[in-house]
Amino acid sequence: MAAVFTRDIIKKFGEVPAVNGISLTVPDGEFMVLLGPSGCGKTTFLRIICGLEQQTSGDLLIGGNLVNDIPPRARGVAMMFQSYGLYPHYTVRNNIAFPLRTQRVPREEIQKKVEWASQLLGIGHLLDRRPRQLSGGERQRVALARALVREPTALLLDEPLSNLDAKLRSSARQEIRQFQQRVGLTTIYVTHDQVEAMGMGDRIAVIDHGRVRQVGTPTEIYEDPADLFVATFVGAPPMNIITRNGGGYIGFRPENFLPKDMIEDGGATEFSFRVDRSEYLGSERIVYGVMAGFDSKQPITAKLPPAHVAEESIRPGEWHPFAVKNSALRHFDTNGNRSIRH
Amino acid sequence: MAVIAEPVAKPISRFHFILDRREVLETILVAPAILYVLLLVGLPLLLAVYYSLSAYTIYNPTWKFVGLANFEQILQNPTFLDTLRNTFIFTFGSQLLGLVLGKFGAFLLLQPFPGRKIVRALIILPFAVPVALATIAWQWMFDSLYSVINWTMIATGILTREEAPNWLGNPYLAMLCIVIINAWRFFPFAIVIFLAGITAVPQDVIDAATVDGAGFWRRNYQIILPMILPIMAIGLIFGIVFTFTDLSIVFLLTMGGPGGATSVLGFAGFQTGIVSGDVSHGAAISLFMLPVLLVVVIFMLRFIRRREI
Amino acid sequence: MSRPVARSLRDTGFFLGIAFFVILAAFPFYWMAITAFKQNSDLYDVTNIPFWFNEPPTLEHIKYLFEETLFARWLLNSLIIGVCVTAITLVTAVPAGYSLARMTSRKGEALGIMIFLTYLVPPTLLFLPLSRIIAELGLQNSMWSLVLVYPTFTIPFCSWLLLGFFKALPVEIEEAAIVDGCSLFGAFIKMAIPLSVPAILTVVIFTFTLTLQEFVYALTFVSSSDQKPITLGVSTDLIRGDVFFWGEIMAGALIAAIPVAIAYNLFLDRFIAGITGGAVK
Repeated sequence: MAAVFTRDIIKKFGEVPAVNGISLTVPDGEFMVLLGPSGCGKTTFLRIICGLEQQTSGDLLIGGNLVNDIPPRARGVAMMFQSYGLYPHYTVRNNIAFPLRTQRVPREEIQKKVEWASQLLGIGHLLDRRPRQLSGGERQRVALARALVREPTALLLDEPLSNLDAKLRSSARQEIRQFQQRVGLTTIYVTHDQVEAMGMGDRIAVIDHGRVRQVGTPTEIYEDPADLFVATFVGAPPMNIITRNGGGYIGFRPENFLPKDMIEDGGATEFSFRVDRSEYLGSERIVYGVMAGFDSKQPITAKLPPAHVAEESIRPGEWHPFAVKNSALRHFDTNGNRSIRH
Repeated sequence: MAVIAEPVAKPISRFHFILDRREVLETILVAPAILYVLLLVGLPLLLAVYYSLSAYTIYNPTWKFVGLANFEQILQNPTFLDTLRNTFIFTFGSQLLGLVLGKFGAFLLLQPFPGRKIVRALIILPFAVPVALATIAWQWMFDSLYSVINWTMIATGILTREEAPNWLGNPYLAMLCIVIINAWRFFPFAIVIFLAGITAVPQDVIDAATVDGAGFWRRNYQIILPMILPIMAIGLIFGIVFTFTDLSIVFLLTMGGPGGATSVLGFAGFQTGIVSGDVSHGAAISLFMLPVLLVVVIFMLRFIRRREI
Repeated sequence: MSRPVARSLRDTGFFLGIAFFVILAAFPFYWMAITAFKQNSDLYDVTNIPFWFNEPPTLEHIKYLFEETLFARWLLNSLIIGVCVTAITLVTAVPAGYSLARMTSRKGEALGIMIFLTYLVPPTLLFLPLSRIIAELGLQNSMWSLVLVYPTFTIPFCSWLLLGFFKALPVEIEEAAIVDGCSLFGAFIKMAIPLSVPAILTVVIFTFTLTLQEFVYALTFVSSSDQKPITLGVSTDLIRGDVFFWGEIMAGALIAAIPVAIAYNLFLDRFIAGITGGAVK
């Protein structure tokens, strides 16, 4: 039985469909990431699952039960907001206890559960503080404890790391992931940051303009993109896309686009490449330029490994022979969808 | 370890979660306020319109419809035209004076100096104190015999006792008095509005202007002034609306005199409708306020909307 | 001219300007205060210098106020009216402001502006029909008529203030409470209200001051001396025959004006922020 199951969820604001028919299955215990650019509908979809928005049409099942008309508190979900949504006028203890109080759970049981949740997240020493006295990381843990204490069927997170600065982000990321793995809680996580998505998700659902473009493991999304959007959204720098002479497109990732002499075995396609600009990043070098005979919307990028970093072997303005292994080429038809070639 | 929480299995009646429906709760919460306003503002407004079109008086409370007769009668009365004119002079004279005083006062108060807080508290006083109480203080100050203003002018030799003006007994002076009092009431409000507006102008805009070579006057009049126009407009709306419809100052200071020289719309409506009991004509007089108010409010709101940065 | 001279000229000009405004604003109150404490013989003598006491100050006017007039009764009336009107206003304006702030479509904004505009409908227009309505309800000449009518301007104004405040309160906290098990109404009571105590306090103070200083409706609906609220009483009732008892009038005005003045000083910034909420970004 899936923890969360949606069938053709549509949500319209006026005439505009923010969510345009999403059917998704999230099995028990999975960490599912909803990835997409701002405004693609992922947050709206999450709020529909939570119950804060009502879908225009479509069915939603949580824990096997149809919950279309049921308010959030009866759905068995817990949510963590972007700014954590902690209650400023309650102590940490009362914050965590709140979901239990609303269910009229007896006092001794509340006590036990609060102890258990706070132990699990290592915030036992903070129980009598107020949210404004806590650091960002501590607040996150309190929010998690509060979400956990009701033992929900699913935990929903809405871009919880976007307010943190870069340094804190990676440690916070780790904490959330470890927490989830330890507890085994089904989790749906919304983000626009593809690094986060790739690093955290068991599976990723890439969403654009209210539709799911592809659902798969990080490897599947990266190696086997279903269309141009997924191909260019995931990966930094994005996949190079060039138009084919016979219609359609060909794509290849910058790390697969190397000087010809670096590619050993046969089965590679050659291109003539002129570097216009290069960025030295320490561990690698990114060069931007154009390919002879091919059009593309963005400059072609190549990610050069350290072997070429120290030497100034690839100089701007000169034409160099570059190549891509055929196995690394991805073909797309005129509609942008993935097609299988050779 | 996760224990699956108990999701709801039994069928739920549609009414079980009715208070959770956003629309229902929203309506219930706004209802009392809207009801109150509809019943005690909307209804009386309609009633006032109806009275003005009827022959209703206290002594003869009839609902007979007379069309625009009341309005015609009022307009033919020369004292009414005076009243109308007085109201405009009163309003625009005091607003202008108040604005000018306000602009200068705000400019002075912008600079930090020791004791600024106390000065600000003192300057706010005219606006902070109830109109009626301030007016009677001024009444005492303009008293025909004991006026402190006259005393000062006599003592400094500007005038002699015989030349000392009878402030409230002279039609032109009386009008001047009510304009002064109202300007005095509103200039602190103007100061605070200006201060709020000027401090809301982002410093980068002012800095950019300075770097671009704008001197003091240009900065003030071409950059800052346009940016605070919306907030000035709001202040003006308040000022005009509350001045144009005012009754207290005239009632307490001059009772419309001498000889109707300071009669304003609000006061005339009161005299006719309440004191004399001629409800229909009183309502007609009061309704003359509406067109001006509507024009002012609509004009200003549009202005604010267009100018929003 | 040299720098220091120019500067000190500018400074002098500056301080003269400040002095001008302070005297302009505060002199009438100084005058009020000094009149309240001057003996009658000092007050009504044209040859005396009016700016300071020529004979020792006295408390006789204040005594007279409290012993020989209905001043104390007026204070009580105003207190009762203030408390009742504040209660009515809180009960109606707090939920209204919250509801308008949380309405999702432009509906909330439009309704909010409409409610605010009713604040601008002048009492000098409404008092006529209202006086008839009051008479029908049998409340004429009673201070309870004021309790009924005052909310017509306190509710719109306070709803507008609270609308601005609730809009600034993050929705996340209420949404978290909803997900945690509160009903919509529960989130309002348990989250929105406790977190809006400063705004509610402002509303209480403003409503009180608005009722204390009101004059037009009081003048229209109340004629018996013992039913008058304080501002009306001091302005109209301290005249015996044709004689103005200036000492008592000024003393009464002073006492009546002080609480309002203090309240305004503390809350004026909030007031301005409230009414200009939209224009000042």
